[in-house]
Amino acid sequence: MSSSIAVEAAGLGKRYLLARQARATTLPERLAQLVRSPFGGSDDEELWALRDVAFAIPTGSAVGIIGRNGAGKSTLLKILSRITPPTTGEVRLRGRVGSLLEVGTGFHPELTGRENIFLNGAILGMRRREIAARFDAIVAFAEVERFLETPVKRYSSGMYVRLAFAVAAHLEPEILVVDEVLAVGDAEFQRKCLGKMGEVASGGRTVIFVSHAMPAVSALTQRVLLLDRGSCLFDGPTAEGIAKYRALQGGGEARAGAYLAPDLAVGAGDSSAQHRALHNRVRAARVLTSDPAGVHRCGEPLRIEFELDVPQPASTLCFSCKLVDAEDRNIVHLWCFDAGTRFRRDAGRYTLRFEVPRARLFQGSYTMRAFLSDRRTNAMFDELHGICPFEVTMDGVARDDYPWTGGDCAYLEGAEWALEHGDGAVQRGTVTP
Amino acid sequence: MAYFCIVAVPPQEYAEPPVLVIRPDSARTLGLAGDLWAFRDLLWSLADRDLRLRYRQTILGVAWVVLQPLLGALIFTFVFGVVAGLPSDGVPYFRFTFASLAGWGLFSGIVTRASGSLVQNSGLIAKVWFPRAVIPASTIPAALLDFAVALIVLLVMLVAGSAIPGLAVLLVPVWVLLLVLLALGLGLIGAALMVSYRDVQHILPVAMQLLLYASPVAYAASNIPERFRHLYFLNPVVALLEGLRSSLLGTPMPGGRDMLHAVVVTLLVLWLGAYLFRRLERRFADVI
Repeated sequence: MSSSIAVEAAGLGKRYLLARQARATTLPERLAQLVRSPFGGSDDEELWALRDVAFAIPTGSAVGIIGRNGAGKSTLLKILSRITPPTTGEVRLRGRVGSLLEVGTGFHPELTGRENIFLNGAILGMRRREIAARFDAIVAFAEVERFLETPVKRYSSGMYVRLAFAVAAHLEPEILVVDEVLAVGDAEFQRKCLGKMGEVASGGRTVIFVSHAMPAVSALTQRVLLLDRGSCLFDGPTAEGIAKYRALQGGGEARAGAYLAPDLAVGAGDSSAQHRALHNRVRAARVLTSDPAGVHRCGEPLRIEFELDVPQPASTLCFSCKLVDAEDRNIVHLWCFDAGTRFRRDAGRYTLRFEVPRARLFQGSYTMRAFLSDRRTNAMFDELHGICPFEVTMDGVARDDYPWTGGDCAYLEGAEWALEHGDGAVQRGTVTP
Repeated sequence: MAYFCIVAVPPQEYAEPPVLVIRPDSARTLGLAGDLWAFRDLLWSLADRDLRLRYRQTILGVAWVVLQPLLGALIFTFVFGVVAGLPSDGVPYFRFTFASLAGWGLFSGIVTRASGSLVQNSGLIAKVWFPRAVIPASTIPAALLDFAVALIVLLVMLVAGSAIPGLAVLLVPVWVLLLVLLALGLGLIGAALMVSYRDVQHILPVAMQLLLYASPVAYAASNIPERFRHLYFLNPVVALLEGLRSSLLGTPMPGGRDMLHAVVVTLLVLWLGAYLFRRLERRFADVI
């Protein structure tokens, strides 16, 4: 694998003209406009969708492009995939580019599955014999064997999307440019797509991926470009970029890794959490990460704090929390409900601190769940989901020969190893995240 | 400009992968032919799609390919041959107008469909890159197929009526090529303009109707009064249709000067179409 640069952009800008008045789209209007202002353009307002963007993406890496709506992500993708030319600057692309800005571009409802595979493949830039060679793989991936001769207008929406993605996934370009296509389809299919894209990236090809879905970005990429209002705000490790993006979105860094009970929170509160804050007994929660802005380095100490309000003690009061990964799996479970726990005896305000000395969560996005309940009566005082989002990076745990990829594991463990040769000599080392 | 879609080998087989540079400037006019060749598979796929869709969910299906020109010629025969009594160079009027309509259908079919093709495929233009000229050019195969079927019907008619054409029939491909190139040039202009100005959509049917009557389809060019002939032959379609008919029906050939004029105009229109298309091509996705 070469370490060359696959995509290199310099001084990239794209200007759109927004008509102050309705744009002339008929010939007489255009002529009238030419007569009024023969040197043109004075009616229009400029909008720079992208301005002076520069970056270099090495061959074989997966890079995410994130940013709020209107940040310029789509414009950048359109330039990279040659749909629209830049106004300034240039891009150098080494290798064949395949872009997937939409699932099923050019699919025709009246054509059969088979016909659409060939048509869509050709539209995406495949030669006819390439499509023929990959036909069986495409059909198998899409799971539509039985419906090949059926017009796709009779397909279920799931089948339609599967077939469309399958064609694109078998494009095998050196540089794959993908827009928010994973927003469609069911969870299982999304996993399949992510897997396929991960395969592409680990196979030495370059993937550029735009998404609003941070879990997908964090599972697929090691690096992100964060765009805001047309310029590149950040270019670096994914976790840090996502944290910065969250901060942009939330209007402040306070939100990363923090939760405040709804009756205390100002404004709309924590809209991303699907919690049932029944009695606001959990007043606040915080995940104290090793790095600022809710970024945690794998293997560093992690502290989690809760403020609890116990107006009435109960002898079987239980508190527990879970750290949940992007695929909604519970990775770590922590609890506090021993027999002599003080909140079972005395009313009052408590601060509960957990300290995990070496938190070896795998890279990705995490949230937290918290439960406060009475074991005997089964009364649930508070049940919080999706609170305190934070990111984990593998920055401290570099492996040179095998870069980390999504799905390597859910949690790392430290270990000691001993390698004994047939001659009796023993070599020792450690696995230390 | 280097096109990166020409080679399809896995990356490790590249000694030095092709480099594509995306810049604000636009491409060369003559590159259009290379684009069409590099993307011939796509061109064929789009043509194939249009052909498949045309007769899907019709009862008579492919029979329409034969029926359409026959019905058209019947109407022309009745209106212009029987009622109006227009002269046809001494050839039976039905044969005469059938041959003319086949050539005219090839020409007007490409101009009309190519002009509307970009707007019709706007979804593709906004979401995928490929040389845009592939879309208007992909209307050619279907029009050629229609023409071929009509030609076979005509040849059957001629053989049955023992009016077997002479060696001049070998010139048919030349007339066809010129008609296709002229139509493609006009289609490129129409398509590129229609992206910004939908007026073209409304002008086009009127313009084509005007051109139909300004061309020798319902009558022979020999009926044009001598003093209007120069003006009349400014329309390149005149010489091309006269030529096609002379090859098939043995009517008089157009003069050498008229033919040369038609060839020159055809090439000029084609170049203008390609030039205009290239100039506007890169803005299509932003405007459409």
